[in-house]
Amino acid sequence: MNEIWAGIVEAFRLIITLDRDLFEITLRSLQVSMSALVIACIFALPFGTWLAIRRFRFRRLTIATLNALMGLPPVVVGLIVYLLLSRSGPFGVLGLLFTPTAMIIAQVIIITPLIASLTHQAMRELWAEYHDLLISLNTTSRQRILTLIWDGRRALLTGALAGFGRAIGEVGAIMIVGGNIDHATRVLTTAIALETGKGDFALALGLGFVLIALALLVNFAIHTLSRTEQEGTW
Amino acid sequence: MVAGINLVALRAVCVKRRSKLILGPVSLDLKGSGLTIVLGPNGAGKTTFLKVLHGIERISSGSVQWSMAERSVRRTQSYVFQRPVMLRRTVRQNLAYPMKLLGQQASKIDEHVIYWANQIGLTEMLNSPATRLSGGEKQKLALGRALIRKPKILFLDEPCANLDGRSTREIETLLLSANSSGTRIIMATHDLGQSRRLATDVVFLLNGQVHEQGPAEDILCSPQTSEAKAFLKGEIVE
Amino acid sequence: MIRLIAIVVSLFATTALAEKMKLAVTTSFHNSGLSDLLLPVILEDTGLEVQLLIVGTGQALRLGEAGDVDAILVHSEAAEEVFVENGYAPYRREIMYNDFVVVGPQTDPADIASADTAVDALTRIAIIKAPFVSRGDASGTHKKELFLWTSTKLDPKLFGTWYNAVGAGMGASLNTASGLGAYILTDRASWLNFANKGELDLLFEGDPILFNQYAYLPIDSKRHPHVNIQAQRLLESWLTSKRAETLINGYTVDGTNVFVFNAFR
Ligand SMILES: Nc1ncnc2c1ncn2[C@@H]1O[C@H](COP(=O)(O)OP(=O)(O)O)[C@@H](O)[C@H]1O
Ligand SMILES: [Mg+2]
Repeated sequence: MNEIWAGIVEAFRLIITLDRDLFEITLRSLQVSMSALVIACIFALPFGTWLAIRRFRFRRLTIATLNALMGLPPVVVGLIVYLLLSRSGPFGVLGLLFTPTAMIIAQVIIITPLIASLTHQAMRELWAEYHDLLISLNTTSRQRILTLIWDGRRALLTGALAGFGRAIGEVGAIMIVGGNIDHATRVLTTAIALETGKGDFALALGLGFVLIALALLVNFAIHTLSRTEQEGTW
Repeated sequence: MVAGINLVALRAVCVKRRSKLILGPVSLDLKGSGLTIVLGPNGAGKTTFLKVLHGIERISSGSVQWSMAERSVRRTQSYVFQRPVMLRRTVRQNLAYPMKLLGQQASKIDEHVIYWANQIGLTEMLNSPATRLSGGEKQKLALGRALIRKPKILFLDEPCANLDGRSTREIETLLLSANSSGTRIIMATHDLGQSRRLATDVVFLLNGQVHEQGPAEDILCSPQTSEAKAFLKGEIVE
Repeated sequence: MIRLIAIVVSLFATTALAEKMKLAVTTSFHNSGLSDLLLPVILEDTGLEVQLLIVGTGQALRLGEAGDVDAILVHSEAAEEVFVENGYAPYRREIMYNDFVVVGPQTDPADIASADTAVDALTRIAIIKAPFVSRGDASGTHKKELFLWTSTKLDPKLFGTWYNAVGAGMGASLNTASGLGAYILTDRASWLNFANKGELDLLFEGDPILFNQYAYLPIDSKRHPHVNIQAQRLLESWLTSKRAETLINGYTVDGTNVFVFNAFR
């Protein structure tokens, strides 16, 4: 119990004193997870929507695979990305290992199935509603997907935020591919793991509270933005 | 389109769902002008029939042959569904949607949206969410969104079911004016009064079969088949 | 607000010009706190930004083999010699040593405090089956522990539930030992820096068998042409310099010296 209190105090101390390292790793956490989110959404939103509107032979199999990939252990993703990006691996020449780019790649792989699956679920309902009209208006697949994504954006936002939450709280994969290098690839979660390892629970917990606060802040910010954009619910 | 020339020809069209025949076999021709009422009680197959014509219901056998080129069939047709589909957008965006799909200029879209909002009496509500409209307003919006594409052929599936007298008359006025400016209308209803007010010709459906087809005054005043007689007398309710 | 902007700006401005190299080091080295002292001085003296990858010895060796780092600084002599033999590094250069200690519950049920040798201490623990935490992660510390068990002629594979191989880093293992009130073998620096000591105490130290030699191994550029040879040499000459000697020998935790510089010049 004492330790939790010490953690809260530590979190406030870090924030109030504008701790330079804290800002650096917090900013990097945001930068990595936001980039991963944007890239994952570029793939996952159209793909999930396409799955909802398209009937094809391996559709059920694809959806089942997607749902299984949602539970992919991050450490395994990290290991595979490490082996691919390692100097001795197929993409070693790119020199991407132990850079924020490598961390973004790993997170994209981790959250894309999650966002695609949530997108698929949300879009199925909307497609049932829009189906007749969009077919009647002779829309192309592209137009259908764009219409559904635009009109379903509230539900998709929830999916995207779930993806962001998973990305920013993830430690196993980015530890392996990022290496937790101070001033280069250290982010909130890897710093927490490091401080826990040193037995400095107060600092670790303080960072943990900063992480939670950050996740809440991003959620509130995005929800507020989407609320002011248009009043009322559909 | 010249009156008297066949617009579309159906030959032995059947629609089966789960090995049950829900429409057909239907063989008939529709002429190039006028306002056709597809008349029949609930469950007769009116919706299925309209969707087959529009090409959004798969047929199990038979053929549907339009007189125009295959490619332009769907592009020149609009369809107002029995339960109108409202995009989760404002009234303005709902009206603009079909024109946006065609990639038209914003200024031209605006102009048409204003015109049609006025026609359907929703100018005041242009910026309200379409899903919040009343049943009658939704039907009018769906009609405006169908007409904004300037269709050659307009399908309507019971557009006035559940509407009060005033909304019904407003919609009928819009339909008659569209019809007189050259839009071919094919409309399903189970409302005899509406049929009398609007129809130039009638297709009478019962249990998935066409029992009578011909000019409105013939069928509505002196039906030939016993089924049509019974329906006109109000004996077939469901 | 101005301060905040200044921080954000400086984040992107710093260290853009410095030469960089990646060095894989063991968790115990980093946990000692010595790296926090040395790295800024290295940057100042040589302009070299050393990026540390803090991993277990096993993973450090793997990173070196794959060419993912420019050099490694580890403490597992036998494994290092194999590494050099296999041509991953041209040589190993000894830099400094610290020592291992055995910590355990203050009550010391196995009475290892009065043991003569490290082997004797471990034997006493095994006899009464007192809880013991093992790193179990193929790290240098773990290898040292296994080596000591071999000398006791006991086989850890046959131990019962009192022997907990946690498969984790030094800090995490110490956390476990602290929670269980268990004995554990740890390097002195990690122990001194460890903040969650709880009921644990240092119970056995000083046997020469517990000395822990750190060595620097630059990755062979013939095998991995992309490694930064210039930086490798720069770091090696700094680590073996007079200045490094002063800093390393002078480094204390809680008033205790933890490293002894012993590089040949
Ligand atoms: N997908 C379907 N599967 C099975 N039966 C259907 C399906 N669609 C419609 N039907 C049945 O076909 C018949 C005709 O339906 P419908 O064309 O909607 O009639 P109407 O529009 O005249 O009320 C009804 O008995 C209905 O239950
Ligand atoms: Mg119907």
